[in-house]
Amino acid sequence: MTTPALTAARLVALRDLRLAFRKPSQVIQPLMFFMIVATLFPLTLTPEMSRLRDAAPGVLWIGALLSSLLALEFLFRDDAVDGTLEQFALSGQSLTWMLFAKTCTHWLLTGLPLALSAPIAAAALGVSMGAMGGVVASLALGSFAMSLVGAIGAGLTLGARRGGVLLSLLTLPLAVPILIFGARATQLAISGGDIAPPMYLLGAIAVLGVTLAPLAAAAAVRIGLE
Amino acid sequence: MLTVQSVHLWRGDRHVLRGVSFEGSAGKCVLLTGKNGAGKTTLIRAIAGLLDPEEGQVFWRGAPARERRNEYHAELAYLGHEPPLKGDLSARENLKYSIGIRRPVTTAEIDTALTRTGAITFADRAVRMLSAGQRRRVALAGVLLANAVLWLLDEPTTNLDADGQQLVRELIAEHLARAGLVVAAVHHPLPLPAEQLVTLEL
Repeated sequence: MTTPALTAARLVALRDLRLAFRKPSQVIQPLMFFMIVATLFPLTLTPEMSRLRDAAPGVLWIGALLSSLLALEFLFRDDAVDGTLEQFALSGQSLTWMLFAKTCTHWLLTGLPLALSAPIAAAALGVSMGAMGGVVASLALGSFAMSLVGAIGAGLTLGARRGGVLLSLLTLPLAVPILIFGARATQLAISGGDIAPPMYLLGAIAVLGVTLAPLAAAAAVRIGLE
Repeated sequence: MLTVQSVHLWRGDRHVLRGVSFEGSAGKCVLLTGKNGAGKTTLIRAIAGLLDPEEGQVFWRGAPARERRNEYHAELAYLGHEPPLKGDLSARENLKYSIGIRRPVTTAEIDTALTRTGAITFADRAVRMLSAGQRRRVALAGVLLANAVLWLLDEPTTNLDADGQQLVRELIAEHLARAGLVVAAVHHPLPLPAEQLVTLEL
């Protein structure tokens, strides 16, 4: 009797959550990086709140993008080193599904905390409290899409030594649409506009990521295991 | 049950496996012997489906293993050089998750397996605090728990003391008695009845 797919995905997620609580540095590091980038900008740009507010979407999104690239390095690396990925591939479960569960957990541990802590950084950039909902929502959705797209790159660079640079090169072109629509959504939220159009586009990228990225990541991981 | 048919495999520009063929049936132990670098690990990984042979095929129960990958893997337990364990989790937690994704498993079953492999006394310690031999005992408990028909063991006695090596021999003998099939890469011959052994020199 084999484990039902949903139970297997839950176990994958629970294991990663437990490991993250045992060793929180991999979760805290990208978050700290984001906070440092976003809070250093106001010190270097200008004390004028209106101009800071104009720069806020760019600062927040570039910080978020670089931070998620940093976090992506950890997505599959430890599991590849200790043989966990091999056991996934040989578990009789769909590798695509296992990696999807892993990627979602990764977002829960890195992307979501980043989105939730964004209001602190945004406040330093002069963003009004009324806009925070839109800022958090756009970063949450955007970072989810980033995790999915990044999973492909993380899978492809498994076999490469010091794959960090390669991972960035592979992932950045795919991440640019997320960056553009995400920053646009944040900009509209700050200026009080309707954020729905860019959010729909971000959502579309996320849906595309959910359908295609785990398949591509599984194929990449299989090559990486050879 | 398991048929390996003229498997050719290249690693880089080295032709490691040059048309390896053998058959394994229930209750048999296939021993892969040969010098370091002869391709034992490569062959085991190819049988497991982790490596795709350039030529030749692996058949399981008459069908190409690649075509029914998930069903094949559900019947297979693979233990490589490094025990696939998470250093920050205890032995019990490791098995709970790694076996749990294969099949529903109870705490009692895990404890029984850990007792059998002599790992119960350190079952709650973080795996990174354990010695290499202790880790292997935990990994062997995982092989027992997988409820697999086909065991693929790559040098299963590495890092084990004399008791541990005896344990591996017993576990293999018990598995064969259950009509299981074992493919093992070894450096030392296993004292099993000749009719159960198939030796393949690579």
